[in-house]
Amino acid sequence: MKAAPFDHHAPESVADAAALLAEHGDEAKVLAGGQSLLPMLAMRLTRFEHLVDVSRVPELHGITTDGDLRIGASTPQAVAEHDPVVADAVPLVARAIPHIGHFQIRNRGTVGGSIAHADPASELPAVALALDAVLEVAGATGTREIAATDFFEGTWSTALADDEILTGVRFPVWTGRQGAAVREVARRSGDFAIAGVAAAVELDAADRVARVAVGLFGVASTPVRASATEAALTGASVAEATAALADAALAAADGFDAVDDLHATGAYRRRVTTHLVQTALTAAIQEASGVRA
Amino acid sequence: MSEHDVRLTVNGARQRGRVESRTNLADFLREDLGLTGTHLACEHGVCGACTVLVDGRAVRACLMLAVQADGTEVTTVEGIAAPDGTLSPVQQAFMECHGLQCGFCTPGFVVTVTAFLEANPDPTEAEIREGIAGNLCRCTGYQGIVEAVKLAATRLREGVDA
Ligand SMILES: Cc1cc2nc3c(=O)[nH]c(=O)nc-3n(C[C@H](O)[C@H](O)[C@H](O)COP(=O)(O)OP(=O)(O)OC[C@H]3O[C@@H](n4cnc5c(N)ncnc54)[C@H](O)[C@@H]3O)c2cc1C
Ligand code: FES
Ligand code: FES
Repeated sequence: MKAAPFDHHAPESVADAAALLAEHGDEAKVLAGGQSLLPMLAMRLTRFEHLVDVSRVPELHGITTDGDLRIGASTPQAVAEHDPVVADAVPLVARAIPHIGHFQIRNRGTVGGSIAHADPASELPAVALALDAVLEVAGATGTREIAATDFFEGTWSTALADDEILTGVRFPVWTGRQGAAVREVARRSGDFAIAGVAAAVELDAADRVARVAVGLFGVASTPVRASATEAALTGASVAEATAALADAALAAADGFDAVDDLHATGAYRRRVTTHLVQTALTAAIQEASGVRA
Repeated sequence: MSEHDVRLTVNGARQRGRVESRTNLADFLREDLGLTGTHLACEHGVCGACTVLVDGRAVRACLMLAVQADGTEVTTVEGIAAPDGTLSPVQQAFMECHGLQCGFCTPGFVVTVTAFLEANPDPTEAEIREGIAGNLCRCTGYQGIVEAVKLAATRLREGVDA
């Protein structure tokens, strides 16, 4: 199907984009890579009079590190995927992106668009949540920062106001020895996950688990942080963590209201989540401790 | 409902047009420029039939607005063969390996595989299958397509002309 008519606006700065959003209120929507919004418009699941296109706003592009890794919102997913700075600073981000759709989708889809869209089956929202990312936001009246923990409110729903733009994402950079792994189950390569896990582990000088991050996607109405699993492993030695893994993985499956839909039952999602948490964390711990899988 | 002037290069030729905001790149190529090689099926990003190159990168032409292509260089399936009509190594391999039956999906596959082999000239079979996972074919069962990608990869690596 074809989208209903709308006006396309191509502001050249964040300030101009914010002014357009303020002017048109709830008749306006931000357009970035269009890989989620354009299908929804084409299927007429949603309709807006004005699309404010931020995909070519220069200040929304770019990847920098100064303490944190910062990815500008309009940076294409494919650019972040292949950027050695990203892979080096926050390996979990680089390993999550190849699971997003297909390479053609990642050539247009943006890092910020994926997070702002907040599909609970998406990889990057779960990564942002697990790693305590900070979301930088601009509106007509100024800028603010939102912790990822406070950002995801429901399926396709976030703490962003209608007239706000996500400008960038800051991921904390871990400096110890670390491992990262993403595991998911989908019907076909490139499909949204029925259940998925993004996990990272950092070891301190004494070979103890200094930090663990475990994010779940595809299982509930928002991305989920497996806090009980993280707590069970933090501070453990590699041997203790490995021994505790099976129980810690079971705890992950209890931490959310599982989605029951035509793709899978809630019970299936819990079982698969337990398995995926265990395999992802095993891989992450092995990588961090220098064991080749 | 605003209209926009767009200027872009398509298969090496400069083009201009006037489009509605909502016109997607695939409709612009097909209806305004008469380049009907780019096929449309699902029109929401799942089938890959509409794949074209924009500034050298493979994208869904149904998920990009024509106005977003302003100032870009677009290559469609019509721009893949040599100007004299000689098939590209990818096209030739699809023909030889039965990589098509009805041919509806073929333009999207040819463009996808052209970009895929440029990024990964020596792919494993698993990488090939992942590389074409974003394109649907309802006829071939994919075996012939996978064989075609292998053959095209070998020929491109050896620098053999189709
Ligand atoms: C076939 C197919 C398969 C896919 N598979 C996956 C998958 O497996 N995993 C996955 O995660 N995604 C998948 N996607 C979605 C893809 O990752 C999208 O690119 C992404 O969800 C949205 O990013 P975008 O830049 O395309 O945003 P758009 O589609 O342009 O926008 C999406 C939403 O986010 C809002 N938005 C975008 N940018 C901003 C901003 N800077 N500030 C405020 N709001 C903003 C828009 O208003 C809109 O509501 C798939 C898409 C397709 C078509
Ligand atoms: S028509 Fe564009 S992906 Fe199907
Ligand atoms: S050859 Fe008919 S759909 Fe692929």
